[in-house]
Amino acid sequence: MARITLEHIRHAYSEKAKAAGDYALKEVHHEWEDGGAYALLGPSGCGKTTLLNIISGLLTPSDGRILFDGKDVTQLSTEERNIAQVFQFPVVYDTMTVFDNLAFPLRNRKVPEAEVEKRVNEILEMTDLAGMAKRRAQRLTADQKQKISLGRGLVRANVNAILFDEPLTVIDPHMKWVLRSQLKRLHRQSRFTMVYVTHDQTEALTFADKVVVMHDGQIVQIGTPAELFERPSHTFVGYFIGSPGMNIMPAAIDGATARVGDQSIVLSVAPALKGQGRIELGIRPEFIKLGREGMPVTINKVEDIGRQKIVRASFCGQPISIVLSEDDEIPADPKVAFEKQAIGIFADSWRVKNETAGREA
Amino acid sequence: MEKTWNNKAWFLVLPVLLLVAFSAVIPLMTVVNYSVQDTFGNNQFFWAGTDWFVEILTSPRFWDALWRNLIFSAVILAIEVPLGILIALNMPKHGLGVPVCLVLMALPLLIPWNVVGTIWQVFGRVDIGLLGYFLNSLGISYNYTQNPTHAWATVIVMDVWHWTSLVVLLCYAGLVSIPDAYYQAARIDGASRWSVFRYIQLPKMKRVLLIAVLLRFMDSFMIYTEPFVVTGGGPGNSTTFLSIDLVKMAIGQFDLGPAAAMSIIYFLIILLLSWVFYTVMTQSDAEQK
Ligand SMILES: Nc1ncnc2c1ncn2[C@@H]1O[C@H](COP(=O)(O)OP(=O)(O)OP(=O)(O)O)[C@@H](O)[C@H]1O
Ligand SMILES: [Mg+2]
Repeated sequence: MARITLEHIRHAYSEKAKAAGDYALKEVHHEWEDGGAYALLGPSGCGKTTLLNIISGLLTPSDGRILFDGKDVTQLSTEERNIAQVFQFPVVYDTMTVFDNLAFPLRNRKVPEAEVEKRVNEILEMTDLAGMAKRRAQRLTADQKQKISLGRGLVRANVNAILFDEPLTVIDPHMKWVLRSQLKRLHRQSRFTMVYVTHDQTEALTFADKVVVMHDGQIVQIGTPAELFERPSHTFVGYFIGSPGMNIMPAAIDGATARVGDQSIVLSVAPALKGQGRIELGIRPEFIKLGREGMPVTINKVEDIGRQKIVRASFCGQPISIVLSEDDEIPADPKVAFEKQAIGIFADSWRVKNETAGREA
Repeated sequence: MEKTWNNKAWFLVLPVLLLVAFSAVIPLMTVVNYSVQDTFGNNQFFWAGTDWFVEILTSPRFWDALWRNLIFSAVILAIEVPLGILIALNMPKHGLGVPVCLVLMALPLLIPWNVVGTIWQVFGRVDIGLLGYFLNSLGISYNYTQNPTHAWATVIVMDVWHWTSLVVLLCYAGLVSIPDAYYQAARIDGASRWSVFRYIQLPKMKRVLLIAVLLRFMDSFMIYTEPFVVTGGGPGNSTTFLSIDLVKMAIGQFDLGPAAAMSIIYFLIILLLSWVFYTVMTQSDAEQK
């Protein structure tokens, strides 16, 4: 149990890295609160695994420091950092039984055998492996191996943190749900700091108090699920979170008016631009009203997904998505209106902060 | 899918069958033929039955050579397997060191047996050889042509030099197939160096080790060229292994009958021992499942 501080961490796998593009982690400056449950969300190759390995000490960062409760641990080994980690690809010790696999991290640390027995049995129960404790791990199925892998991460008491790297990928949906609630319960009981890497936004949003979104070697936003949805601080978060993602379109700003194509959209407040380059306007599909008033759109396709309809349309030559509830009508001459409060303005992909000042007040 | 039965398929295996017949079956049958007959040349043969087999199996000369072989193979395996594993474990897995090490390791394997023998024969000579001269100047009166222990040591060192690489390369192939995640997990689990070897590396090397042990056993049990070149079986009979004895008998003394009988016994021993190794090692593998 520890507060983990990452100070200006950068990492490149090759020693000769010069340009920003050579870095797998560009610059991560962030604090994981003691006892927090975090989800680390991001696309493939954005540096999630790299970040976890740096926290656990499997990798030493090219630049920057790591502190546990304010103490510098950058040069400490994995063993000394006392961190549990569950890997993306299940690792089992083939020649050992399931029980011995789970007991391995404890026995290596000279935990008394009675305690080992007790902890391992708890984990066997939790992961639904109790029936096969005495089996060799070699011939198990992929999802059983993944459970063992997960179990070895959970078996130790008093770790500083548990890092999960997509721990449930090959487990079937029902069991996934069960295990996730178990993890959540374990977190409430133990208050270990937990970081949970996933591709899957529902998984992230249900597990975590705070979601950390990574993109291209950087943390682009940290927030509660609601914050990520309502006020994405980067266009990437806008379209990565939510389904379908945020509509992003190039725009020009003139005072408190945004111009997209030949349409003018009145904003709630004039965004404070500092002569930045590329300006974009973002609006979530849920906050676009489709009706008889507003700006003209051309509807291309309507997807019925049960309780909702997703309308794919073109607006000033830009593809946009609109979410309607199932009994909303689609008029013959469709027009759209954007909900003023829900509009975000992005300069060079980053949200222009004070344009929502009115809303926050 | 329905299977088609078609006898034409035999024609496809015919070339291989012919090859095996000419290279293995026919020579073997010839040997069997010799082993049960006596001849005084001129293509005249007399039925001898099991006489030659009895003669071989009751001769102390055969048993001495067999013991020498068994001890030699045991020593070779006891040195080359652990040494090979040790070297493989310490070879680099990334970077420029990899090709360098692989080439260095492969070098001894590329040298023909008789050349290896000649190299060591010269290397160990007291008068002109670097090793012999060096050892003698250290005050060790090393002389493989006179001292049986020295002769044995020379042949063993030579074999280790020549063949440990094979074990190294096989083990290395097993080691590099282990994904990094295993080592990372072991670090997280607090595993000691020994545990990593015992639970990760050894299980992955097991299959290739089986092959290495079999190959090294069969090869060392059939050793001929190196001791023939270096010591010629001496001093005395101290390095006369079965194969050397066999050649002496067949070509030196032209005792074709006993030599043929001995060949067959020799062949059966190798077959038997290889089978024992194989079953023991695969059995222990099966138990672990
Ligand atoms: N051992 C390595 N050597 C060199 N480059 C690496 C290595 N591991 C990762 N990378 C590179 O670093 C970048 C970040 O990789 P990382 O594995 O951290 O991504 P990730 O977010 O975990 O992706 P995924 O979701 O696919 O697991 C990628 O571009 C990857 O190609
Ligand atoms: Mg990863």
